[in-house]
Amino acid sequence: MELIRQLFTDYTLQMVAMGSATLGIVSGGLGTYAVLRGQSLLGDAISHAALPGIAVAFLLTGSKAPLVLMAGAAAAGWLATLLIMSVTETTRIKYDSMLGLMLSVFFGVGLVLLTFIQHRSGAGQAGLDTFLFGQAAALVERDVVTMAVLGGGALVLMALFWKELKVLSFDPEFGRTMGMHMRAVDILLTTLLVVAIVIGLQTVGVVLMSAMIIAPAAAGRQWTDGLGKMVALSAAFGAAAGVSGALISSTTAGLPTGPTIVLCMGVIVIVSIFFAPNRGLVWARVRARRSAGRFHREAVLMDLHELGMQHGDPFHPHEAGALEVMSVRKGSAVKILERLREAGFVRQLDATRWALTSSGVEKARALKEKRT
Amino acid sequence: MNGRRTAIEVRDLTVAYRDTPVLWDLDVTVPSGVLMAIVGPNGAGKTTFIKALLNLIRPAAGRIRFFDAPYEERRQDVAYVPQRGSVDWDFPTSVLDVVMMGLYGRLGWIRRPGRKQREQARNALEKVGMESFANRQISQLSGGQQQRVFLARALVQDAEIYLMDEPFQGVDATTERAIIELLRELRARDKTLLVVHHDLQTVTEYFDHVMLLNVRRIASGPVEEVYTEENLRLTYGGRIAFLRGETGPTVQPASS
Repeated sequence: MELIRQLFTDYTLQMVAMGSATLGIVSGGLGTYAVLRGQSLLGDAISHAALPGIAVAFLLTGSKAPLVLMAGAAAAGWLATLLIMSVTETTRIKYDSMLGLMLSVFFGVGLVLLTFIQHRSGAGQAGLDTFLFGQAAALVERDVVTMAVLGGGALVLMALFWKELKVLSFDPEFGRTMGMHMRAVDILLTTLLVVAIVIGLQTVGVVLMSAMIIAPAAAGRQWTDGLGKMVALSAAFGAAAGVSGALISSTTAGLPTGPTIVLCMGVIVIVSIFFAPNRGLVWARVRARRSAGRFHREAVLMDLHELGMQHGDPFHPHEAGALEVMSVRKGSAVKILERLREAGFVRQLDATRWALTSSGVEKARALKEKRT
Repeated sequence: MNGRRTAIEVRDLTVAYRDTPVLWDLDVTVPSGVLMAIVGPNGAGKTTFIKALLNLIRPAAGRIRFFDAPYEERRQDVAYVPQRGSVDWDFPTSVLDVVMMGLYGRLGWIRRPGRKQREQARNALEKVGMESFANRQISQLSGGQQQRVFLARALVQDAEIYLMDEPFQGVDATTERAIIELLRELRARDKTLLVVHHDLQTVTEYFDHVMLLNVRRIASGPVEEVYTEENLRLTYGGRIAFLRGETGPTVQPASS
């Protein structure tokens, strides 16, 4: 409650919330395409590769302005992607090997440069190491404005090229046969992904940024079967995790933002995996149980009818135990018969014997008809 | 077939994957208005041939003409039905949406499909008997239904030439009959169809032309002229059994 009150009065908290909401929306929305194309880990490579870009940008300009550092990050991320693509196309090195290789090589160079910068004399050069795990509390207005402009631009382009991006993600070869420039669309999407990643680096950090690309989309997919809805939901999930994680971390001294946001995102993913309708595990289990129960009841009903017909009378009573040898598990027949009695299909004659009612006979005949 | 225009002309087509030739020095002429099967064993290069025609794979050598013009100029006249397994059917989209993708090429950059495009897509779905599935999520479709959605997507392109990669793969007998009816209907409207086909027994019944392929072109032409024991043996090597039936030689691959 105190946090919410502060949100309306505290400037720092407002910046943190707006910045992390922006990054969540952009990375969630664009991450959808990365996930649908099976390129989830490209985001990881881009974000790790961005680190040396940030360091070089600082070394060249001496500035820590967000636009300067983001430009450096974007250039390095782009270069890594380009290397991954061209090497996998021209050699026999596999895509995932190349991803891992670029990720660690660029990240290693970044760490070396970062150490170099920190050991140089002179004040005002510390602070770049917050790019490792992110520091939301450090967000100021110009950061947020930069993030919003770049991220907004990326989302507008995504909306404009909606159908091109859809074909690229679903069936790029077919797109090519229609004369659509799939290569250009691919480059566009990668560029948008790079933008989504670099605007989040200051808040989430290079190490965990890929979670903001993958997790919202993975959660969003659970709840919907439409691309538009999935993009919107992923953006909403990304924003929710971003804001809650950033706020928690910025009000607790020494708590890095990246891991906190990722933990919040993890909660959303877990809830989605278990409780989403249709695709959620819980509902799938409930549905399976329901239909298993229905199959068992139908089987008992038909068995009872079948047994009766052997006596020439569908209403002929039978022992519950006789049914257990036919279609259902031992010990379950009485329970099933009780459910059938509630539905009015059978009646109990004495302690052990059961018989079909007239509506039960009718139902059994209808079932039999349907199955033959 | 005399006096027909030539729909597709292939000269000296060679496609190689690294050092291994997948297609070697292919010459094929496909007259317009025919329903032609492409037949050959696994790894014979059937899919590669289709993809080379569509410029999805760059040939090492060769010349390909559609109605006497290169593919780039005739793109609008050529529709493609890829193998069903080439896409992720769990993609979050609807049947109608997939069919409308067939119209994206003509729309051009940025422009969105509208009511007219939805109408065309619905008509195409009707032709393949899938109109009631328009709003269905594509992951809920059976194999045969997926195949018919792909056919509908090619139908909206309203092309002159249809290149189909195994449209009968994994579909039930009813769907197979529905599909072959559709292909005959297209032929009756003077469309040209090239169909990668696996079931040697139905070639004579379904198709009027056939190309026998195994890296090289073994034979191509009217079914009654080139679909012979001799040519099949050349195509499949020893891996084939012949059954003499009343309607001439029928064949099936020997269980190896």
